[in-house]
Amino acid sequence: MVLLLQYTLLFASVLILVALGGCFSEHSGVINLGLEGIMVIGALGGALTLKYLSSDAPAFLIVLAVIIASTICGVLYSVLLAFACINLKADQTLVGTALNMLAAAAATVIVKSINMAENPDNVSSTVQYVNTKKALVMNIGSFQFNWFMLVALLALIMAYVVLYKTRFGLRLMACGEHPQAADSVGINVYTMRWAGVLISGMLGGIGGIVYITAGVSEWKFEVGVAGFGFLALAVMIFGQWKPLNIGLAALLFGFFRALSNVYSGFDFLAALNIPGSVYNMMPYIISLIVLAFTSSNSRAPKAEGIPYDKGSR
Amino acid sequence: MASNKTKAKESFLSKPAVQSILAALLCIVLGLLLGYIALLIIEPKGATEAIITILKNYFTYPTKAAAMKYLGNTLVKAAPLLMCALSIQFCYQAGLFNIGAAGQYVAGAGAALFCALKLGLPWIICLLAAFVAGGLFGIIVGFLKSYLNVNEVISGIMLNWIGLYSVNMLLSGVKETASPYTVSVASVNPSAILPSLGMEKLFSNNKYVTIAIPLAILIAILLKVVLSKTVFGYEIKATGMAKDAARYSGMKEKRNVIITLFIGGALAGLGAAFLFLTGYEQWSVTQSSVPSMGFNGIAASFLGGLDPIGTIFASYFIQHITSGGSYLDKNIYPSQISDFISAIIIYLCGFVLFFKLYLNGYLRKLKEKEKEEGGKK
Repeated sequence: MVLLLQYTLLFASVLILVALGGCFSEHSGVINLGLEGIMVIGALGGALTLKYLSSDAPAFLIVLAVIIASTICGVLYSVLLAFACINLKADQTLVGTALNMLAAAAATVIVKSINMAENPDNVSSTVQYVNTKKALVMNIGSFQFNWFMLVALLALIMAYVVLYKTRFGLRLMACGEHPQAADSVGINVYTMRWAGVLISGMLGGIGGIVYITAGVSEWKFEVGVAGFGFLALAVMIFGQWKPLNIGLAALLFGFFRALSNVYSGFDFLAALNIPGSVYNMMPYIISLIVLAFTSSNSRAPKAEGIPYDKGSR
Repeated sequence: MASNKTKAKESFLSKPAVQSILAALLCIVLGLLLGYIALLIIEPKGATEAIITILKNYFTYPTKAAAMKYLGNTLVKAAPLLMCALSIQFCYQAGLFNIGAAGQYVAGAGAALFCALKLGLPWIICLLAAFVAGGLFGIIVGFLKSYLNVNEVISGIMLNWIGLYSVNMLLSGVKETASPYTVSVASVNPSAILPSLGMEKLFSNNKYVTIAIPLAILIAILLKVVLSKTVFGYEIKATGMAKDAARYSGMKEKRNVIITLFIGGALAGLGAAFLFLTGYEQWSVTQSSVPSMGFNGIAASFLGGLDPIGTIFASYFIQHITSGGSYLDKNIYPSQISDFISAIIIYLCGFVLFFKLYLNGYLRKLKEKEKEEGGKK
């Protein structure tokens, strides 16, 4: 039971971080379908930091270094999206998809070349971080507390404050609702959209490293992050683009994702003899059903997905 | 004389087809260049040779017979890729981004292999089953989109994973006992193998070369005709350009969305059957990621300028470099460098619109300048 709670919180943390990233980007008016790719690149940065850091370093330092590395990677990668979608007015769906594919291919190429440089016989795309990973967690009784849970909680509170209580947040949201109106009162729409996308890169990058360190101590980069970026987008839609609702939605989705990790530990679930694939499918099925019920009166930012052109009205 | 020449150049450059081809070539060149730079970073010493290996693909074989045989293999995999690309291209005409093609492909593979291996049906029924299964996956996306306003990209991705796990479960009944792969179609049910009609002779007896290849090309031409010559094709394009206007002028845009996605799904499903019913590949029931065929289809359709005929060449090119990547020296360069190049090409395709705007702006300026000069004279 404790294990189920632990995994639920852990996966919910991932979903909160990434969904908030999507939330910032969409409130500024850019649909970020590249979150999946941003997660992969953020995860890569964090995983390599974990690999090269000595496990003797103080735990706090390791956590901080990993977060910084993932943030930098996520933000840098999201620049590709911001530049294409905001400045060159490219199709946001196409660019997002391209970034997802590029991230998986680039991460695989990078990890493989690192592995091959170390040992010519090792052609796998796996990064191991068994020892340093211990710094990320703390045991409270049988519950394994992960520092990223705290990070996600802080991000949730900060997102709420920034979006609703600061001048920056309100301006950001104005750019996603009615950019022409925002522009007419002197807000630079392009800057605001860049800010929204870069924040989503930061949160997506951190979400990536949390995902690949959840319960495992090595990651095979060939598989990317298994559609988790898109699950986060479903969480965001279910949460109606509002931070607090996103938090609750993430807990629900996190629970179903956690079930697939720990179902065999429950006697009554194991006795049902349902194949593992069914549990693996569960989060995707739930999100499809949830989307079907919540999308028809959606509160999506009105101008999302439409490139802003100063000359049009 | 000189002005005549520039005029000819201008009118040549302002043709949309010429611009699309130019843009595609530019994307390819830049994609290859960036891929080459990546190779240089990994190991500068064999990088030039490596990029040439990717481009040469089957030409690395010295004899003509061997090269023809491996050209056959590239074509065998290009046919399903073309089908996925057509699926995405067709849906995009209606303004729908069918990223679910990957899942529809998986559904098609599941249906075709289940009918072939478990039920022992002949190939034509298996093809039909794949067509319907892929189409059904498309219908789900279409229904969610038109009646419940669910974003087709997100529902498509969710269905990709649902499809993968379902097909893994479905096919685990027909797998080999010692391996995760499904049993070979050729040995269990030869009647399910697509007929070759003697084409294998052209490719040094490559038995995987079947009617799938010409069929895929025929379907591409058929789609071109449907899109440009029929009322249905016109309605689809109208829905894609302005949904509300289409509804206002009496087109049933909801029905059109669902039909479009049914056809798109069916094309991707058929694509899977085109590969798995040749026996070239077996399905692994333990695979934990969605096959990349559907995603590469996105690359091919955008590189092909979103035109069915252009897509034929683009699909071949994408498969050519993907196959070429497998000839790299695996102890120095990862074969995924080809995926890397394709991904960069898709990213660059996002700039095509910008490129065309820029080019047209430049041409306009050139014309104005000429007018001014003419006035001065």
